[in-house]
Amino acid sequence: MEELQDFLLAYQTTIGFIGINALLALSVWLTLYTGQLTLGNAAFMGIAAYSSALLTLKAGLPFPLALACGALAAAAVAVPLGATVFRLRGVYLAIATLAFGEVVRVAILAIPITGKGQGLVGIPPKTELWHIFASLAIIAYVCARLRISRIGRSWAAIREDEIAAAGQGIAIRRYKLGAFVLGALIAGWAGGLAAHFNFAIQPDEFAFSRAVQILVFTVVGGIPNVFGPLLGALLLTALPEVLRPLQEYRDIFQGVILVLVIVYLPRGLVTVFELRRTARLRTVGAEDVA
Amino acid sequence: MADQIYNAIFIGSIYALFALGFTLVFSVLDILNLAHPALFTLGAFTALFAMQQGVPAPLAVVLAFTVCGLAGIALDRVAFAPLRRRNAPPLSAMISSVGVSLIVIRLIQLKYGPDLQSYPRGSLPAAVFSLGGLQLDTLRAVIIGLAIALMLGLTYLVRRTRLGRELRALAENPRAARLLGIDVDRAIAATFFLSAGLGGVAGALYGFATNSPYSQMGLNFELKAFSVMIVGGMGSIPGAVLGAYLLSFGEIASLAYLPSELRDAFAFGLLFVVLLIRPSGILGQRAVDRV
Repeated sequence: MEELQDFLLAYQTTIGFIGINALLALSVWLTLYTGQLTLGNAAFMGIAAYSSALLTLKAGLPFPLALACGALAAAAVAVPLGATVFRLRGVYLAIATLAFGEVVRVAILAIPITGKGQGLVGIPPKTELWHIFASLAIIAYVCARLRISRIGRSWAAIREDEIAAAGQGIAIRRYKLGAFVLGALIAGWAGGLAAHFNFAIQPDEFAFSRAVQILVFTVVGGIPNVFGPLLGALLLTALPEVLRPLQEYRDIFQGVILVLVIVYLPRGLVTVFELRRTARLRTVGAEDVA
Repeated sequence: MADQIYNAIFIGSIYALFALGFTLVFSVLDILNLAHPALFTLGAFTALFAMQQGVPAPLAVVLAFTVCGLAGIALDRVAFAPLRRRNAPPLSAMISSVGVSLIVIRLIQLKYGPDLQSYPRGSLPAAVFSLGGLQLDTLRAVIIGLAIALMLGLTYLVRRTRLGRELRALAENPRAARLLGIDVDRAIAATFFLSAGLGGVAGALYGFATNSPYSQMGLNFELKAFSVMIVGGMGSIPGAVLGAYLLSFGEIASLAYLPSELRDAFAFGLLFVVLLIRPSGILGQRAVDRV
């Protein structure tokens, strides 16, 4: 028991970020599962991180309420954004959502209350590890149930063939928007947790490289089910810690591993475990997106 | 004012060179090569390395083109060719290019660290000339001229030469191109060589002009290049050039009305508006809505 406590204490930050990254990976998984490549989730995370942090810091709101407000703020932005960008698809959709992310970053830099380039510091460190993992458990469970519900099957139908899905009477735009807004809500929740875990946030944390990182978690983990994003976030967040002895060569190994995984397991790490169970899984993957 | 226009032409030329390489790979292979900014940085540092060994600046630019071009071919062999063979989706290629980009940037940092560097004193022309009463620096003038020459050269190559015809056939339909007897592998290698070479030259030239190359210098250009390509038309070469100058002039003009920290907002606002109004861009022909 004592060893476990030591371990938790020593690696608290890494463990916390595994959970937060898993939430983020799930948030982008929803749209990827629907066959849509969006890169706006880092920005949703940022919107929620800033609004919830400002609420606890400046308005003195209780932590859970601030978290909820942050996530809702992200979702509130996602509704009109999704309604406009989902006329695009593929790489155009990706770039449009990426542009939105940059606009958010610049907006944060321009609004005085956010502390501009210096960021916000002194955010009360209210996030406990169990907050992160309890929300992760609940959200992952909801996503897993959604996947096998009517909604999830509609998402899969849209991914496989939009015209056929529309022919089945699926309201394509509405289902895409649903996945997108739900993703924004989850990313926002993760953002609020992250802000109160780290006690400081900066606009650059929520920029392009974060958006790509979130995508990498999910694609490397695999899209067929919710274990993919969880696995991807776990391994890729823990990897830098594991590779710490390599010191300055760490990034190089990370890059090599990334390339190897994509080349040899193009449908994600999760297919290693699931390949035999059903042949169907082999046909779902990154290639259905974009 | 005239000074600002001069600067807009300069930065637009760099945007154009960068975006041309980016757009070339996208139009021929449908890949968003996220390692392109790493090659841009590699170009600046290849020139730095060469000039520290006493190589004159013009030769260093040629070296940057060659080294980055070869690195581009290697990038394709390592990160894209295996995926192509198994018909993997464009998304996979994007992710593996992120992996390569990590490696390249880190290798540069291992040699030079993360900080700003500078080129050896006296290795770059410091002269100024006057034009209609304006003091303009020779270095930027040469860079602008070279960039425009490269743009024209690439346009000529794609439009008028046999290789260009092969590239266009490949972009249209890879299978048909192979059936017509085009050496597809060679054409793809040429695409990556040209794309990465142009990216490398852009990096070297931008490094010269700012005299402060650093390992993350490509990142901002990558985001701007998205804007350039969308505004001009995804995969269109004249579109990329047009988009680049539109963006650079728009940015400079926006500085007159907006605080400087909002400068980047112009690029992404413009990108967003174009995507919503005319997603195929100004000169793009490809239908966006295929379904």
